[in-house]
Amino acid sequence: MAGETLVQKIFSQNAGRKLSIGELAIVPVDYVLAHDTTCAWAIDPFHQIAEKVFDPKKIFLFFDHAFPAPNVQASLLHTKIREFAQEQGIQIYTDGVCHQVMAERFTYPNTFLLGADSHTPTGGGMGAICIGFGSTDAAVAMATGKAWVRVPETIRINLEGKLPAGVYPKDVILTIAKKLSSEGANYKVVEFGGSAIKDFDVPSRLTLCNMCAEIGAKTGIVPADKRTEEYLRAQNRYKPFKTISSDAHAQFAETHTFDISKIVPTLACPPDIDRDVPVTEIEGTPITQVFLGSCTNCRIEDLEVAYNIMKGKKVSPGLKFIVTPASRQVYELALERGYLMEFSRMGAIIAPPGCGACLGRHMGVLDDNDVCVSTSNRNFTGRMGSPKAKIYLASPATAAASALNGKITDPRKYLK
Amino acid sequence: MGKVWKFGNAINTDLITPGRYNMTIDRMELGKIAFIEHRPEYAKQVKKGDFIVAGRNFGCGSSRETAVYALLANGISAVVAKSYARIFYRNAINNGLLLLIAPSDFIDKTEDGDALEITGNEIRNSTKNISAAVSVPPLMKKIRDAGGILEFLQTHKIEDLEKP
Repeated sequence: MAGETLVQKIFSQNAGRKLSIGELAIVPVDYVLAHDTTCAWAIDPFHQIAEKVFDPKKIFLFFDHAFPAPNVQASLLHTKIREFAQEQGIQIYTDGVCHQVMAERFTYPNTFLLGADSHTPTGGGMGAICIGFGSTDAAVAMATGKAWVRVPETIRINLEGKLPAGVYPKDVILTIAKKLSSEGANYKVVEFGGSAIKDFDVPSRLTLCNMCAEIGAKTGIVPADKRTEEYLRAQNRYKPFKTISSDAHAQFAETHTFDISKIVPTLACPPDIDRDVPVTEIEGTPITQVFLGSCTNCRIEDLEVAYNIMKGKKVSPGLKFIVTPASRQVYELALERGYLMEFSRMGAIIAPPGCGACLGRHMGVLDDNDVCVSTSNRNFTGRMGSPKAKIYLASPATAAASALNGKITDPRKYLK
Repeated sequence: MGKVWKFGNAINTDLITPGRYNMTIDRMELGKIAFIEHRPEYAKQVKKGDFIVAGRNFGCGSSRETAVYALLANGISAVVAKSYARIFYRNAINNGLLLLIAPSDFIDKTEDGDALEITGNEIRNSTKNISAAVSVPPLMKKIRDAGGILEFLQTHKIEDLEKP
């Protein structure tokens, strides 16, 4: 008999019955997440089917996509959501990007998080099933506490070897994206394993899982282990959890193994996530902006990497270097450790925690002539502003090295 | 019978309803910004009953349901593509927007402005005189027949979706 996959086990646990891969099931959710854009669209649909939410403590609303409001329209949406939250007794969080705050404070291993945002898979780094949905699904989940799901197939990615100096989890996931393509994991779950996964701490795993959205996956997931325990302890919210993983004979749709010791600093060239090249191939390309931010790569570990490359130096004259910590916790830690002071002295623009420039709404919108190196997750045409702007996605190290030079730069030359 | 608007591969939600234009919760307004930068003439000329025909991975990118609402506001009969991104696919199911998967050959031969119609389980391009078999998955049919998942839930429990 074929074994079960990790995701199959968690869904079965929530559904209260054994589920098969490919089966359509109604599954209770542990958390519902929505933000200032997707929640606004969920309120009227919610009122069409219910008066009260199923459990206000399991609903997490965030103002992160356009907060503080960049215009009157955005502010009106915030007001609409505030009224809804007040009426339903739901808390609104304004402490940064929803996915980062959920990982820091709430998401627990072996649970199911329904998030009305495509980068919800980020939380898979906690060993939970975190899936992106639309506003109608969020409305249905707020009303019923459930969602319809098709139990997905799993693609297993085994990571082997040691990451070379100057190479980071972002380079790993861009390399995976190139191999699998932007739709290579469509409808499926990407499960990470292999002997190297124990070397990836939770923040690194959040980066890997975050970008599974960009290869079409339903989510990415890393089974919870000692590293997860470590992270939960550091966040002061550890409670024992079961260690669940896919059975030895689980049927995977595909298995891929990557020798991460061979991975090099990589950039995704505009306008597709799977158009990836080694940094050395396009080194010297002039740039006008660097965005160090987003749920992909602006945790304290990412700021530390950039700080270590840039301290005591100056941002290239005229270049817009925007630092947007992913959460209030990251922001405060970066203040305490002096990173933000150093970034400020070198000429950076420090933005409040949130999605910031990632989606082209405010705090770093690109014009026709801009060429941006971004640590975020999407380089689509028009994503960060003008459809003529060019966006290269890279690790915080490559972003930092490039900010110093005003051109795409291999970060390895800054390693001591 | 409807006219074809032909698009390529990987038409993402930022092309359908760009993030910085969709700060509204008025669905009809969204119809006006559909493909505003990618194909500015579309929103001005699209007619109720028209079809969108596209390549692979249609609707990839964000979870913003605005992409589905905009196409519904335009009165699109169906999107016919080689494949879809999953959140867009779900959002379309939940809102009763018909998404069909057609063989590559049919899609590649179909051009902008061709006339399409659906009869039973067949989609026909009468301009090119070609046709292809299409099918609607049971869940999509069940929700579409109700007029959308919200309408379904007004008279059913969510568990009824599981029943054959």
